[in-house]
Amino acid sequence: MSMVTLSPGLGTTTGGFHSRISGIAGYRPERVVTNDEVCEQIDSTDEWIRERTGIRTRHRAAPDESVVDMSEVVARRAIDHAGLTPSDIDVVLLATVTHPYQTPAAAPEVAHRLGLTCMAIDISAACAGYCHGIGLASDMVRAGSAVNVLVIGVEKLSDFTDPTDRTIAFIFGDGAGAAVVSRSETPQISPTVWGSAGDQHRVISQDDSWVDVRHNPDIVFPTIKMQGQTVFRWAVWSVAKHAQETLDRAGITAGDLDVFVPHQANLRIVDSMVKTLGIPDHVTVARDIVTTGNTSAASIPLAMSRMLEEGEIASGDLALQIGFGAGLAYAGQVVVVP
Amino acid sequence: MAHTEQEILDGLAEIVAEETGVDTAEVTADKSFTDDLDVDSLSMMTIAVSAEEKFGAKIPDEEVKNLKTVGDAVTYIKNNQA
Repeated sequence: MSMVTLSPGLGTTTGGFHSRISGIAGYRPERVVTNDEVCEQIDSTDEWIRERTGIRTRHRAAPDESVVDMSEVVARRAIDHAGLTPSDIDVVLLATVTHPYQTPAAAPEVAHRLGLTCMAIDISAACAGYCHGIGLASDMVRAGSAVNVLVIGVEKLSDFTDPTDRTIAFIFGDGAGAAVVSRSETPQISPTVWGSAGDQHRVISQDDSWVDVRHNPDIVFPTIKMQGQTVFRWAVWSVAKHAQETLDRAGITAGDLDVFVPHQANLRIVDSMVKTLGIPDHVTVARDIVTTGNTSAASIPLAMSRMLEEGEIASGDLALQIGFGAGLAYAGQVVVVP
Repeated sequence: MAHTEQEILDGLAEIVAEETGVDTAEVTADKSFTDDLDVDSLSMMTIAVSAEEKFGAKIPDEEVKNLKTVGDAVTYIKNNQA
């Protein structure tokens, strides 16, 4: 009989750690675009856009400003807010749908700029990408495979929007948000409630595939299209149910919340979700879309970090955040504001 | 039990009033949602989902845009009650 016995543990950790968001930050590109400027290329008005979406202004990245550039800026801010340095980061998860390369992902270049060689991957879950990142990061920290995970949500949607399409040209903005998820003494991130509805994959979608572009000379450049009414119904009635499940999983009710940060898709969706979920008046609701537009994966950290900076919410507040978008995909969790 | 046309009209009037702020008496069969009742595409979706819940009729997204008048909606709901 052999004297050598394999360890049944295979080097695994015991897990069971707790997780928290230790830092959060946002970055908005300098240039502000008004509804009047958007209407120079579409047959619409400032009033129409405000009534349908709540949006007054959005930010637009400079032509030479990339998602990697915006990610680096916001990552440094979030790491600083967490009281850490880049070398403390074990993993980079970057949520985006507007990195303009099929390959490679943006995350390794962002990690490199931060002086890191750690595991770094992109997440493609559109407007739900950031909350998928927080869920994955929290699970990694809880399992013991990472101590500090950098989660970035970043979009340069202006590169993938047709400025002459009057159904969508006014919706999107550019920007970046980031958070650090760290090992914690106490549980500060609830289980994530997440899922998909792939039967509705065309409801929000790039119109033509890259292969179509290659073979059809009539296609100039693919852009994002959206069936607004269908998305509205899904968000307000289906996603709101998942938001309620998120509260249930966390063992709390809407009345226990201090903050509600839904993805900033459309102010009408935000207000209708508040109504459907029965969010009480004392809860501070994110309405950052008014001056930031819909920034997809970046919208939740952009909203939360601004609310924190402007004193609307405080460290220690209990927040429900839920992302939802193309896929269709959704993810939500209850978190303690860092 | 199936709802009568009048019951559906009355119920729909309450839903439209709640969504838009118009008086229920304004919501008559001949009224256009868009032109007379100031209902836009997103409000129309809210009205459709509320009507589904109230009358147990399924109104798919592609049908919602065909409902131009209050009368169209009443007829559709009457013919598609569960």
